[in-house]
Amino acid sequence: MTGLRLTLTGICHAYRDLTVLDGIDLTVEPGEVTVLVGPSGCGKSTLLGIAGGLLQPSAGRVAVDGDIPDDCLNPLTYVFQDFALLPWRSVADNIALVLGKCPNPAARVAEVLALTGLTEFADAWPKQLSGGMRQRVGIARALAVRPACLLMDEPLSALDAQTRDLLLEEFSAIVARAGTTTLYVTHNLAEAVRLGQQIVVLSRRPGRVREIVRIDRPLTGRTARDPDLVAMEEHLWRTIRDDAAAAERERIDGKA
Amino acid sequence: MARLDGPVRFRGGGFAPRDNRWASAGTLLGLVGLWQMAASAGLIKSLFLPPPIAIGAALWQLIVSGVLWQHLSASLVRLAWGWTSGTFFGIGMGLAVGLWSACRSPGMAVVAALFPIPKIALVPLFIVWFGIGEGSKIATLAFGVFFPTVIATAGAVDNVPRGLIRMGQSFGLSTAAIVRTIVLPGALPAILSGFRVTSSIAIVLLVAAEMIGAEQGIGAFVLSAGNLYDTDNLLAGIVVLSLLGLLVAWAIGQLERALLAWR
Repeated sequence: MTGLRLTLTGICHAYRDLTVLDGIDLTVEPGEVTVLVGPSGCGKSTLLGIAGGLLQPSAGRVAVDGDIPDDCLNPLTYVFQDFALLPWRSVADNIALVLGKCPNPAARVAEVLALTGLTEFADAWPKQLSGGMRQRVGIARALAVRPACLLMDEPLSALDAQTRDLLLEEFSAIVARAGTTTLYVTHNLAEAVRLGQQIVVLSRRPGRVREIVRIDRPLTGRTARDPDLVAMEEHLWRTIRDDAAAAERERIDGKA
Repeated sequence: MARLDGPVRFRGGGFAPRDNRWASAGTLLGLVGLWQMAASAGLIKSLFLPPPIAIGAALWQLIVSGVLWQHLSASLVRLAWGWTSGTFFGIGMGLAVGLWSACRSPGMAVVAALFPIPKIALVPLFIVWFGIGEGSKIATLAFGVFFPTVIATAGAVDNVPRGLIRMGQSFGLSTAAIVRTIVLPGALPAILSGFRVTSSIAIVLLVAAEMIGAEQGIGAFVLSAGNLYDTDNLLAGIVVLSLLGLLVAWAIGQLERALLAWR
């Protein structure tokens, strides 16, 4: 498989005295979707931030190796939970913003708008769009730079269940077609088994790799009702259930 | 056990005041009308408070004689230079304070130390530094506008969602591009709100500076009319200042409408 491999070695991270991640070793294989799951506060988003170079780890190293497309403008590209769209720019301008080095940005914008079904909303302001449409713009913006690796931070968590299912289908089709290496953070286990080829379970804080499981089935054709995926989802829930409950108690104690 | 029977009483609504321009104009016109009626009935002596018709007549006289423009043009030039320069440097320093740690603490220390000083108290010093001419008046305005602009701009930059800045960084935008495309547009609403405050401050300081050392200007005109107990002209000058304030507020409103259409 061609593409970019992302290797995280001995990643530790602390916010002042609070250790969030402790000795994470992880390889995101080229062209695969690796999903990070774990209880609240286990450091999933922190790990994604470190993988994308937005956070400096307290210890450890992130390395990439592999081929990137000739027209790639941003090898490691984020998709944000809250969409991170500029409210003062239209949909098309939000996408064009990140195409500064592209020789023909208008064509690239038109292409990703068509790919994500947004062509007729090119001139709309973000506030005029639903949550699902906004995240479509976020995904279109990410695809516009021809990423070698997508880093997705709970991209569907702010959406309602129906929109989430629809976007999940679209996104898995897009990723399957493009074969883009993807590191995907979610707290939703159903989402994890629908998208993940490698699922990494983190323990509660400080986050450590508790288990890595593989689902060696193509992304296309997976449904929420597939028995093997349902069984995997139950297995993952059993794995993190106690940690999730403990993390929740910790959160309540911390607030008291 | 109590029993409920009947329609559910509406408990929502309210807490959403709306503007009504007719009510605003009607209130002002009503007050002016009452004032005129009280003066016509002899309830108010015209030396203490001239009736609106007398003020209007004085204002008309000032317009046709060209005296108003003579004073107003001098004031507008000072206002434009003073406000623009104070705003320009204020936004620059506000951005620096909002964006860079090296500027933040020193910048805020200077602002905290100098902002509370009544700027009028500095006019004699500015006259020593810049002379009795235009320099001292423009400096007074610029100084008065500078500090609130720094505070408004730095606060506006602080309030730009960091997630948007991280987005720009994650796509490899340069620092200059992030400032130009994310920070400045994101800070613009609060900066424009600051303009409303600083334009009012500038008008107040303009009048004060012109009262201290000027022959031309609305402030000088008002002071001279007051010294002569010419209350018709004194209030005509004050009406001009009020209209100037309204005009500036309207212009800022138009600027907001043009630049913040996305809201």
